[in-house]
Amino acid sequence: MEADLVAEPILKVEGIHTFIGKHHVLQGVSFDVYPGRVTVLLGRNGAGKTTTLRSIMGLLSPSQGIILLRNQAIQNMRSFDIARLGIGFVPEDRGLFNLLTVEENFRVAMFQEDKSTQQRLETILEIFPDLKRFWKAKAGILSGGQKQMLAIARPLVNNNELLLIDEPSKGLAPIVIDHLIDAIQKLQKQTMIILVEQNFYMASSLGNDFYIFDDGRTVHKGQMEELVANEEMKKRYLGISG
Amino acid sequence: MNPKSRQWLPKSAVIAIFLLPLLLISPKTYVTLTISGIAMGMLLFLVASGFSLIFGFLSVLNLAHGALFAWGAYISFSAFSFINQWTGWGGSNSIFSNILIFLLALVAAGIGVAILGVVTERLVIRPVYGSHLFQIFITVGAMTVMEELIRIVWGPNDEPMPVPVSFIGSWDIFDVVVSKYPLIAIVIGLILYLIVFTILRRTRLGMIVRAGVENPEMVQVMGHNIYRYFTGVFAAGSALAAIGGGMWATFVKSINPAMGGEVIVFALIVAIIGGLGSMTGSVVGALMVGLSYNYVAYLIPKGALGITMLLLVIILSIRPTGLFPEGT
Repeated sequence: MEADLVAEPILKVEGIHTFIGKHHVLQGVSFDVYPGRVTVLLGRNGAGKTTTLRSIMGLLSPSQGIILLRNQAIQNMRSFDIARLGIGFVPEDRGLFNLLTVEENFRVAMFQEDKSTQQRLETILEIFPDLKRFWKAKAGILSGGQKQMLAIARPLVNNNELLLIDEPSKGLAPIVIDHLIDAIQKLQKQTMIILVEQNFYMASSLGNDFYIFDDGRTVHKGQMEELVANEEMKKRYLGISG
Repeated sequence: MNPKSRQWLPKSAVIAIFLLPLLLISPKTYVTLTISGIAMGMLLFLVASGFSLIFGFLSVLNLAHGALFAWGAYISFSAFSFINQWTGWGGSNSIFSNILIFLLALVAAGIGVAILGVVTERLVIRPVYGSHLFQIFITVGAMTVMEELIRIVWGPNDEPMPVPVSFIGSWDIFDVVVSKYPLIAIVIGLILYLIVFTILRRTRLGMIVRAGVENPEMVQVMGHNIYRYFTGVFAAGSALAAIGGGMWATFVKSINPAMGGEVIVFALIVAIIGGLGSMTGSVVGALMVGLSYNYVAYLIPKGALGITMLLLVIILSIRPTGLFPEGT
């Protein structure tokens, strides 16, 4: 991989195994995330992509394997400590506080309410102007697209260096997805992103590197252009033809 | 039910409970009963709000909440007796001294039971987070232990609760008999409600707690040590129960080790009617229960508890999650 030659990975996941109850969901997941790149995790439903993000975030405890963030092992740390190290998480259900206003959602997300946080917030609101318009509105009344924007924008107030985004296109209309792609492309300058995405159009528009998951393992990796050109792999692992 | 009717349901229910008895009760008695009902409501609010907040934020069914209430009453009793022994403020004719000793006793109860709450959360509740069944077993066990501890420390018998001199008796306002203590209880209850409401609505701490009621996992991944908040909310909920215990004891003028078991039933009903995890729901639910209980107790004395149950059944059949959503 080209990135291997230029930099050390920011995040290194090595052979993690995670159980949910009695189910052995992750059975040896390994991948690296490099600076300045969007890493996309692909695979069919149930392949272990969401479980991987939750394991990185400390919401599930891997029984084996190592997760290194800038060479610091984080696999046994608690979620809130992992978050404070600079990892933001946007779950599949968006995790918004619907009864809180947009402003309150941001304030809860802030590690501290200081000047630099305020400046970052202003930058974020330039990227997502709709959120500024609905600043005092409850998050629950926003449209699906606006909710997703809020979910993605919220962790960025903390200058997180890594953002884990799970299925951002889920339930959104194509035009909204395009808008979201534009916004995430602008965010790439500020933070590295691990994206779990079923929508191949979005994944290929944003991704630099990809990993394909199958039955709880990473089975293929490469650069996104290679995958876009590889019809056989897309058909076999992602069910995409033509 | 359409959203507009849903919005109006809590308001209509309170207005109906508030005004319907006027058809059956003379206006003077109605005023007396209403003040009594609101006072009872404010006291129930203190117990139910702590229970509801703990359920909403920690998803813990704390059936030991009643025992914390009883501990509050007993600590308040001891603190009052101790301070009174040295200062004589409880028996003084100065209303200022009376209020001061009463408030000091409540503060002692709040602090003492908050500490007890922290110990309970750390030792008893924390191992059973996420399992409601085990929470029921373990908190019933904790309730029994706490009640027995009361018997060991203070004895098994009922004790008369000392009441400040100026809180006894009533005022005659335009031929309407208005008891003094219920009015004081209403004022203190309102002040506490405003404090809790302001903390929850206007401070960052309150925002994080409200967010935690909706989605504790997300609060955690935003870098907040959720366990510290769990302990803090448990302590705050316990302190509210304790203050409620002290005030309730002054209302009924006696204390006994099992008093928490009686009140927790009301607190549960209030919290469920209002919506578990909702502060606004707790205050509205408490007022509904307090008022309806007092009106019916006057009209059909044996039906007072029945009306509370009926209220619960009606509200739940119309809105199974209670009148207000979590976090409101």
